[in-house]
Amino acid sequence: MTQILTMVAQRLALGLLTLFVVSLIIFLGVELLPGDLTQAILGQAATEETVAAFRKELKLDLPPHERYIAWLGGILQGDLGHSLANKRAITELMGVRLWNTLFLAFISAVISIPLALGLGILAALYRNTLYDRMVNIFTLSSISFPEFFVAYILILVLAVQLGWFPSISNIGEELGFWERVYRSILPALTLTLVVVAHMMRMTRAAIINLMASPYIEMANLKGLPRARVIVKHALPNALAPIINVVVINLAYLVVGVVIVEVVFVYPGLGQLLIDAVRTRDIPVVQATGLFFAAAYILLNLTADVLSILTNPRLLHPR
Amino acid sequence: MQDALRLLRSSPWSARFGMFVVLFYVFMATFAPVLTPYGESEIVAAEYEPWSSEFLLGTDNLGRDMLTRLIYGARNTIGIALVTTVLAFLIGSVTGFLAATLGGWTDQAISRVVDILMAIPQLIFALLILTIVGTAIPVLVVVIAVLDSTRVFRLARAVAMNIVVMDYVEVARLRGEGLWWIMRRELLPNALPPLVAEFGLRFCFVFLLLSALSFLGLGIQPPTADWGSMVRDNATLITFGDFTPILPAASIALLTVGVNFIVDWFLHQTAGLKDE
Repeated sequence: MTQILTMVAQRLALGLLTLFVVSLIIFLGVELLPGDLTQAILGQAATEETVAAFRKELKLDLPPHERYIAWLGGILQGDLGHSLANKRAITELMGVRLWNTLFLAFISAVISIPLALGLGILAALYRNTLYDRMVNIFTLSSISFPEFFVAYILILVLAVQLGWFPSISNIGEELGFWERVYRSILPALTLTLVVVAHMMRMTRAAIINLMASPYIEMANLKGLPRARVIVKHALPNALAPIINVVVINLAYLVVGVVIVEVVFVYPGLGQLLIDAVRTRDIPVVQATGLFFAAAYILLNLTADVLSILTNPRLLHPR
Repeated sequence: MQDALRLLRSSPWSARFGMFVVLFYVFMATFAPVLTPYGESEIVAAEYEPWSSEFLLGTDNLGRDMLTRLIYGARNTIGIALVTTVLAFLIGSVTGFLAATLGGWTDQAISRVVDILMAIPQLIFALLILTIVGTAIPVLVVVIAVLDSTRVFRLARAVAMNIVVMDYVEVARLRGEGLWWIMRRELLPNALPPLVAEFGLRFCFVFLLLSALSFLGLGIQPPTADWGSMVRDNATLITFGDFTPILPAASIALLTVGVNFIVDWFLHQTAGLKDE
């Protein structure tokens, strides 16, 4: 037990260290800028006074390490600074959008994980049949589709031609839970289609890998039905790689929302990030970028820990 | 030559389809000026003209011929993605081989830097840098190449690690061959097959990332014809039930599917991989 705790603590420390370095990169990126940021943003026509005022506002007149400490301290206390574009507090901008993004990722996960596991187990069960080949071709293709391609096809078919769902996800605070689910079903479906293929292929590969081991052969020789062998005997041992790929795909969901949110005009963090990048609103870009990176690192960390928990052999590398 | 022909004849239909698609795209990209009826950014009619014999796929949001821009898009988007991938491979494999041959602290230093770069999602990282540096094409190429070279590094290092322990590398070292010679003459030829397969996959990733950035309006800038931004510019048409704006996106999808089919086949061939 203590071994597991030390392992978790070690991973956590490593993750925090990575996050710290990432925050340094995100912050110092602005420093590495060739020329002056103020010139780039305000344009050539800016007078000296506006440039000076702008520098003061961004606190560019202070040395970099002082600014970094102030920025990081602010973030740890829940103060992300102010947007350059509309002067509002970034925490206020991010608040609702953060929940919207997590909501979207949550719905997609609820749809995609059971679907991927089911399809993967079926493909392993009916290996090398027509079904397996069809699924293989289908997933290989859908992995290579750009998100916006899938999104627009869904809009064209399900929203415009059939008129089942709205093509724009207008989500508000006042809506009930099911209404929100209904309005965000198209972006969620898009994300599902993007991640299901990868998860499904990994599930299939993990199970097929195990099917060659002696204890499975034993179960087969005992005359157990094939479905029971796969679900009862193979699946528990295949859990580690499957959990790993599921969590990695969750991490991908949190990040992959960016493009999907833009297509469906979904009011989430990704949309905020893109708007900020377009207007070169650097404090907002830094804050949202840091959030996405943190979510990504945290989920990858969870994947590591979970796969070790389900397979204690990984505690002793080599 | 005969071996190559026999290999081609034994290829499954999915790989043949992939090869046909890639050849078709290369043809389109090479002969773009000859094949197109109008200029790349020439305004030839009113906005959003429907399909007609004059404009086979109609016109876009500024009144430029869709078909023309679609064909030129092959040239620009694929060209830039290819340059980026090549650059990523140069950076990634040279650093990967260096890490494997030198070992010790060089290996540690490069590997840790790569770990950290890989901890940040690529799209977010690219957005962050492009906000600061702006979106000129050379910047775009270098940023994406550096970000993508981390994955190449991982593979190149792992493959080279297995080769540097071989006797013939030891012999070359004892003979007094330089570092560059060992990397080029001993490591590269033996590490080539996995790297070539990876090249196809990396090309797809770079191509998709680039298109995603263009789609967000932060990649290849107008008036250069590019598939990602063509989708974005004409997306309003989709709400009227017209699927023309999806064509550029479909072109992206078709090419990546084609390349993936070829890579899949190639992997089965070289690794002797069964259907696992």
